[in-house]
Amino acid sequence: MSKPVPITDSDFEKTVLQSEKPVLVDFWATWCGPCRMVAPIVDELAEEYAGKISFVKLDVDQNPKTAAKYSIMSIPTLLIFKQGKPVSHIVGFRPKEELRRSLAGVLG
Amino acid sequence: MDNHSYDVVIIGGGPAGLSAGLYTSRARLDSLLIEKGLWGGQIANVEQIENFPGFPDGIGGFELGQLMQQQAAKYGLKTVSGQVTAIELHGEQKIIKTTEGDFTAKVVIIAGGSERQKLGVPGEEKFTGKGVSYCATCDAAFFRDRPVAIAGGGNSAITEALHLSRYASKVTIIHRRHQLRATSILQERALAEPKIAFLWDTVVEKIEGEDFVKRLRLRQLLTGEESTLEVAGIFVAIGFQPDTDYLKAILPLDETGHIITNEKMETAIPGILAAGDIRHNSARQAITAAGDGATAAIYAERFLTEH
Repeated sequence: MSKPVPITDSDFEKTVLQSEKPVLVDFWATWCGPCRMVAPIVDELAEEYAGKISFVKLDVDQNPKTAAKYSIMSIPTLLIFKQGKPVSHIVGFRPKEELRRSLAGVLG
Repeated sequence: MDNHSYDVVIIGGGPAGLSAGLYTSRARLDSLLIEKGLWGGQIANVEQIENFPGFPDGIGGFELGQLMQQQAAKYGLKTVSGQVTAIELHGEQKIIKTTEGDFTAKVVIIAGGSERQKLGVPGEEKFTGKGVSYCATCDAAFFRDRPVAIAGGGNSAITEALHLSRYASKVTIIHRRHQLRATSILQERALAEPKIAFLWDTVVEKIEGEDFVKRLRLRQLLTGEESTLEVAGIFVAIGFQPDTDYLKAILPLDETGHIITNEKMETAIPGILAAGDIRHNSARQAITAAGDGATAAIYAERFLTEH
């Protein structure tokens, strides 16, 4: 099982920016309905891409610094980082197929 | 492909679809419900529902959706997570094509609801997630102490404006008519809220900014006068549109794309029924959708008995 790991402002640098593998960050909050729609799809993709892409989730309520740094103004937002840089930015609920295309693009 | 043939396939897991599923399952009909997102549909994004009887203190929309699903599942309703792409008719059998494979049924109840309508103005797409939002409960907290606007004048617009007023420095409601359509109790709350201002007979023509939304270009419909409004965010709540493109080829729809039914929720095709917001002239309330779903289930059962 490889489920998205919860991360915080303080370990973002190490877990995401310094990761050798690409990392998908799910910006979410407990109050957000669509975030709960996206979560099970992200769980399934984490399973599918295990070993190739790391999956983490960041609660914007508890970790406002990272959300502000990347100017998150709408959740759910999925950011995919490659070598410390955001390369893909997905806002709102998207079907699994579309997310797969973004992930495939990053692995390219 | 799933070779099994169901008695009933229900499309959509909001109040209409889950009520239909509750009734068909209790009638011991072999029932499958297909939902693309979250239990509850539109209500899952509503912070608090105050007009569903039985909950005198209101109930969270997300929670209500979960409870409806649990209640139907208790009586045997099967569910699958996927999106329907087409319905094909093969004699009395209907084949429901989805992203997760095909399903066969004798009866289909379409309860797919509707989605937020877009403004359709320049800048809307570019700034989505950068100040343009369709979900105030999701995004209000990002606009703490900053001015925002909301387009619309119905129940959703006013509910969201009230929610936004807890965070934003100012909330301007931009409405194309001269009075609100929202229910009186919501209007009273909005008029009493000092942070909420109104621009009547006004529409958004353009959303501008650099990386993020900075201002709106507005037009007063009666005078034609143009103006700008400096905001950090614009929330869109101008109505809903049904997801019925995939049905055009087989079902008569009204001019806004809603499905035409009779009072038994039957469409023009025997064995296909529709319930909830997706219907022509729906009142678009959780409670009326639930009523539609129950009605559809009862007539679905009669149809199966007779065929």
